[in-house]
This record gives sequence, structure tokens and C-alpha cells, in this order.
Amino acid sequence: MRLEPRESVALGWQVGAPLLAVIIAMALCSGLILWAGASPLSAWGLLLKGALGSTFALTETLTRATPLIFTGLAVAVAFRAKLWNIGGEGQFYVGACMATWLGTGLITLPAWLMIPFLFLTGALAGGLFLLIPTWLKTQLKADEVVTTLLLNFVVLLVVNWLVFGPWKDPMAMGWPQAAPVIDQAMLPILVPKSSLHLGFILALACALLMWWMMRFTIWGFEIRAVGASLKASTFAGMPVRATIIRTALLSGGLAAMAGVSELCGVKGYLTLDLSPGFGYSGIVVAMLAALHPLGVVLSAIFIAVIYIGADSMSRAINISNYIADVTTAVCLLMVLLAMFLTRYRIRWK
Amino acid sequence: MPNTPVLRLCGITKYFGPLAANDDISLTLNAGEMLALLGENGAGKTTLMSILFGHYVADSGTVEVQGEALPPGSPRAALTAGVGMVHQHFTLAGNMTVLENIMLGTEPLWGFRRNSARARAKLGALMERFQLRVDPFAMVRGLSVGERQRVEILKVLYRDARILILDEPTAVLTPQESDHLFATLRELVNQGVSVIFITHKLREVMAASDRCVVLRHGRVVLETSTKATSAEELAKAMVGASIPQATRTPHPHGEEVLFLDRVNASAPDRGASLNELTLSVRAHEILGIAGVSGNGQALLADLLSGLVAPAGGNIVLRGQTVNHLTPAAMIRAGVGRVPDDRTGTGLVADMTVMENLSTEIYRLPGFSKRGMLNFKALASRAAQLMDVFDIRCAGPDAPVRKLSGGNMQKLILGRVLSQGPHLILANQPTWGLDVGATAAVHQHLLDAARRGAGVILISEDLDELFQLSDRIQVMYQGRLSAPQDTSVDRARLGLMMSGQTFDHRGAA
Repeated sequence: MRLEPRESVALGWQVGAPLLAVIIAMALCSGLILWAGASPLSAWGLLLKGALGSTFALTETLTRATPLIFTGLAVAVAFRAKLWNIGGEGQFYVGACMATWLGTGLITLPAWLMIPFLFLTGALAGGLFLLIPTWLKTQLKADEVVTTLLLNFVVLLVVNWLVFGPWKDPMAMGWPQAAPVIDQAMLPILVPKSSLHLGFILALACALLMWWMMRFTIWGFEIRAVGASLKASTFAGMPVRATIIRTALLSGGLAAMAGVSELCGVKGYLTLDLSPGFGYSGIVVAMLAALHPLGVVLSAIFIAVIYIGADSMSRAINISNYIADVTTAVCLLMVLLAMFLTRYRIRWK
Repeated sequence: MPNTPVLRLCGITKYFGPLAANDDISLTLNAGEMLALLGENGAGKTTLMSILFGHYVADSGTVEVQGEALPPGSPRAALTAGVGMVHQHFTLAGNMTVLENIMLGTEPLWGFRRNSARARAKLGALMERFQLRVDPFAMVRGLSVGERQRVEILKVLYRDARILILDEPTAVLTPQESDHLFATLRELVNQGVSVIFITHKLREVMAASDRCVVLRHGRVVLETSTKATSAEELAKAMVGASIPQATRTPHPHGEEVLFLDRVNASAPDRGASLNELTLSVRAHEILGIAGVSGNGQALLADLLSGLVAPAGGNIVLRGQTVNHLTPAAMIRAGVGRVPDDRTGTGLVADMTVMENLSTEIYRLPGFSKRGMLNFKALASRAAQLMDVFDIRCAGPDAPVRKLSGGNMQKLILGRVLSQGPHLILANQPTWGLDVGATAAVHQHLLDAARRGAGVILISEDLDELFQLSDRIQVMYQGRLSAPQDTSVDRARLGLMMSGQTFDHRGAA
């Protein structure tokens, strides 16, 4: 068996192949649903209805997609520069911690100032936090896959200490959680009687901004060039180190904004389960989107549909909602395979 | 000369997609004959030899050895039938002795012990018979390139090959080593072995072969006895039209644009360290740097590209001592750099033609403003350069990876020369290019020198150096010889390249 790069790929296939991959993944998962004793068609129908079938369902889905857009963008920007940031989960909590520290009474500003202030300081903290592994990478050639991944656990342990220790809310009846952020820090709700908050608009704005930056600016050009060939961009005299540092600040900042958005938009206070793995899911989101910033929005919503829909489906026909995890995993594998096959063809000898 | 064919290829056709790599090629090789297979890159030479050797299966056509058809797609069958191939890149294990390398693959896989004594006796007889001497117990890693090639040839002969195929055998050799190789091949031919060598160097064909076959676009365009042809006719057949050779018109030299004053430098993985390097280039001048690869040329190129900082000595660019060496600083100082590794270092292969034309200038005013790229300016510049430098591609948005080597090099030249450099560093600028692209590159370098740039041309191709340079310095183990006039004898230069009679201009 041998791989040969394809000479050219029609645009139709470049878009069509991932879609086909998703359909194949759904077909494969239908087997599992069948095995669990339900009709796949009605199961998928219930899933879609549960995720998109009512205003409430739709707002729930978009609320879930919000942090995924942020963490997906964080990964998309970093991976484009071949900075393998697996530490989105840690940066998420760094952002949430920063917002808790500043937003629970330390600083009080009117809402229109408080919210941007918390997002900016949170993003700055997350960005600076990613500079640690980035510095280790550029100075000592330490593999950032390992360092960013391990720092996630460091951050989680620190959060653990904070919510059990110094930040523990005395009003929380003994639960390990920090005090709630002040009212001025809470994100306004977009649709009455739903949980969809301003963070979603911010996430969309960030996606647009990242797309614009990658496409039209010097920074984007440098990030793409450094990622495509470190050697050639060094030779061409590009500011390679500055580009990597800039990328780290952006990526860490975006992941931290997910933390601020969840804290101030959904929960209101810091706990250890603020994120059910949004940082890691960001990798899936970015890969499904082929690292395209606008694609990240679509793939984040797609993943959110599956998770929210699976919850209501499992309630309705009694199938474990683990089917959501399986579906996203199979989708990712199939889409990666599809993208691979659009670039290479396999020849059997 | 006995005219019995030992090898006969009949109507070989091989398509890769819509492209005919080999189109109905027939050729014969007679016993005791040296045949040169000539053609530009992409003419189908390598494909043809891969089919002969069983790496590829032809769409149609047959291969006969000694009158018997070879089963397609079986390298083992080719070996058994007595066909041996010496590849351009050697396939020897450096941590084994010559004898072990030669025995590799000839012993039964499940054998209990190696029969070294018999192998040594057989090898000794071969060396005696063909005058190919190498110490059988020397470690391969300690051997020179010429010696390694001899081991490769012995390895093939050890397997009782009667037909020897060599792919670009002189690409890595000094002129003396090349002469030695062809003397060896002549000896083999005299003893009844038949030889095919693949090359695009016309001088070798004229000097060494009995007969030559020229391929172009996958077809045989000329088949002739060497005596009955000329280098001009062969060149014309290879290219399909006569290519105007770039010629040098001497020009009075201007002021000094680069002066290296006893520069030392070293870097891991870059071969020899630079040792007290002194050289001077003036405006309108082309200084050739000759030498066998691995003698420090890569490091000299890195130094002048701004990738490596000197450990000692001074670099003076147009009268100014340069202390802070970075690629960006060198570009600002007016140094145009043409690297040897086009796809890896010179270009971002996955980005577009326009983007690659822009990588050195996008931050200049006019091409960007307040952090935004000015696509209009970049695109019109790209269109203009594609036109002036004849970069043939699907368009400014085509990925560079899809360009031919010649067009990639023209892209790099366009990027470099459009900035009006005072000094041009060209490292192996025509390596792997076909005749047409080579002539274009030569013409661009000569034009740049005429307009007043100083050029440093690092090359392993002596023909190229003699054709373009005003003076030549030889590099050997990180040191430079005194400058030689281009009237210097080729043989003398060759001796210097191998380290003999090397009078370097050192500190004294």
C-alpha cells in the first residue's frame, strides 16, 4: 500500500468530502443505536428535535456552542502556526479564575465597562499563561504538547485548592465553590427566558476577527507562513519569534475568554466542573473545521447539537447519552480520514 | 565490437495519469558496450530504468535480457538475470565494513553463519580482475565518496551482474574521481560487461560513451554512435531547439561590495567549519566558489544569508562592518539570497506564488499599511514579476508546490532581483534544473552582474563556474584557496578540490 499526493482536488470534493464523512459517521453510529434496541431514524429525529426543535432547544444549543467557539478558535489559531496548544482546558480556568478574582467585588465598574474589563484581563492572563510553555519551547525546545497538556492538571489542582480553601464561598452551604461574581459582571441574556447570553455574540465577533486577521493582515500572513514552513519563513527574514509569541497570546487569550464567558454568562461562580472538557473539545471543533475560523463556528454548533440533542434523545427513548461522545469521536475520525483522502490517494500494490 | 544484444527494451509505454512518462521506447544494449542515456529532467530516463529494474510495471512493452523476457514488476528477477543498478544516492550502511556491505542481502536469511572467507576470496578476485581496489575491512563511514561508489559497483558485480546501470554517477564526484570512474567503467566494458549510464552532462557522454540515446518527453528522439555526433547536436536533441548559451561579457569591476576578513564559523550538521575565510567581491564581478559538497559551502551560504553568526572575523558589506547578522538585516543591507534548497528553505511550498513572491517585502511601506496587507500592490507586483521572469504556473494563487523546479527558481530569482540587490549569493542555482531553465538562471545572474551587483556563485559544476565566473576560489575543508583566474587549468582546479596542492590564503 502506498500513498500518493493528489495533483489537484476539485473544490466540490473539498467541501463535499467532510459532509460525506459526517453522513458515514452517522450511519456507523446508527448501528450502535440499533444494537441498543431503538430505531436509528427516530433516534436521529429526536436528537435534531431536541437540539433545534424549539426556541428553548435552539438557545440551549447555541449556549453550549459558545465556549466551544472560543476554545475552537484558540486551537485553530495555534495549530495554524504549528504551536500545538493542548492546554485550552487550563487556559479556560485561568480566565475563569481571573474573572472570579476581579469580578467578585475586588473591582466594581458599571456593566458596560465591567464586562469588557473582565474579558480583557482574563484573555491577558490566559495568553500570558500560554507563554510559559511557549518560552520553554523556543528556549529549551521542550515539546509544547507535553507541557501544555500537563499544565492543565496544575491549573485544575490550583482551582481545587482555591475553591476548597481561600476562595470558598461561606454562603454556599459547604459546597466547594467560589463566591458569585457581582451583578455588573453578569452577561446580559439575549433571548428572554433562555440561557443564551452575550458571550455568543462575542464568540461570533472573535471568529470574524480571527478570519479577518488570518486573511488580510501582516500577522495572519506571518502566522500562516511560520506554520507552513518555519525554515522558509526564517530564511525570508520574518519575525518568527514574535509571531510565535503573538500566536500564543491570541490562543491562550481566546481559550481564557471561554472561561470568562462560561463564568459570567452561565454559572456565575467558579466550581471545579465549570468546564466539562471544553478545552479538549476545542481541538475536535478546530480539526472538524480544518482550522478555518468561520468553520469553527459551524463545527462548534454541530458538536453542540449532538450533545444537547443526545441528552433529550436519551431521555425520550432510553439510550445512554454516551452516544453523543461516540458520535463526535466517529465524526472526527471520519472527517480527518476524508481530509486525508482528499489530499492523498491510496495505491494498492 | 561484438554486436549481440544483451538487453532489449521493446515499446515501453508508461502513463502517470494523463502524462506519458515513457511513450513507446525501444532500445537495445549490446554486449561490451557503454551506452549513455541522455535527457532533461522529466524526460523519462529514471522511469525507464525503474521499469527495467522492476520497480514500476509498464503499461505495455517488454524487457528482454539475453533473449529472455523478464517478468514485469520483479526487481529480484532483474537481479537474477544479471542486471545491477548503482543509484545516485548510495545504499550503504556506514557502520559496517566494505565486505559486510557487499555481502548484505546475498546470504541466506536463515543461515546459521556467514561464509566470510568465501565472500572475501570472491571479492578479492573481482578487485583484481576489474582493478577496483578498496580495503574490504574498512568501515564504509570512513570512505570518500569515490570509494563508496566503487563499493556500490563491486556490490553489483559481486552478484554476477553482466549489465550495469548507473544513475547520474558523477553528480557527487570531483573531476578526477569522474575520470577514474570512467576508466573503471571502460575496463568493465573491455571485459564484457555492458554499461548504461544516465546523465545530462554532455561532456561525459562525448568523452566516455560508445553510443547514446536521447530522450525527450518520454520518447527516443535521437539514437546515434557517439563518434558520429557532437555536443551541440545532443543538446539540441535534448531540448528540442537550440538554447542560446548565456555568455559573459567582461565588465570593469566596481567598488568592493563584500569583504570577508578571516571569518570563522561553525554549526552542527553543516559539514566543515569555516576556517579563516577571506574573500572579496566587487560590483560587476561574479566570484565562483568551487568544491566538492560538504566542504563548508553550506555554512558559507548560511553565513551570508544571515542564518549563522560568525565566531570570529569581520564581514564588511559595502564598506560597513556588519555585526548583527539576521536574514532580515541581510535583506535590508541589499543581499539577495538564492538558497540551494528551493522547496524547503527558499519557498513556503504550501503557500501561493504571490505569497512567496511577497515574503521578503510585505512589511515595506506600499505593500502594507497599519498592519494590513495591500493585496492590490502585492498582486500587481506578482503579475509583473511572473511576466518578467517567465514564471509559468496556473496563476498567482497557484500553490508553489505544484511548480516545476525551474519555475520555482525563477520565482526566487524574481523575488531577489526585483529588490535590486548589491550582492547576490547563489548557492547551486541550477542544481536539478533542465537546460532551458539553467540558461535562464545564468542569464539572470549575468544581467544582475552587468547592472552592478557582485555575485557569489557556489557550485559543484565546473562547467557552470567556468562559464559564468570572473574568478574562482576553491573550498576545501572549510578553507578557501587563493582566487584563480578562469584561464586556470581544469585539472589543477580538480586537484585543489581534492585537497592536493591546496594553497589556501590564510592568516599569514
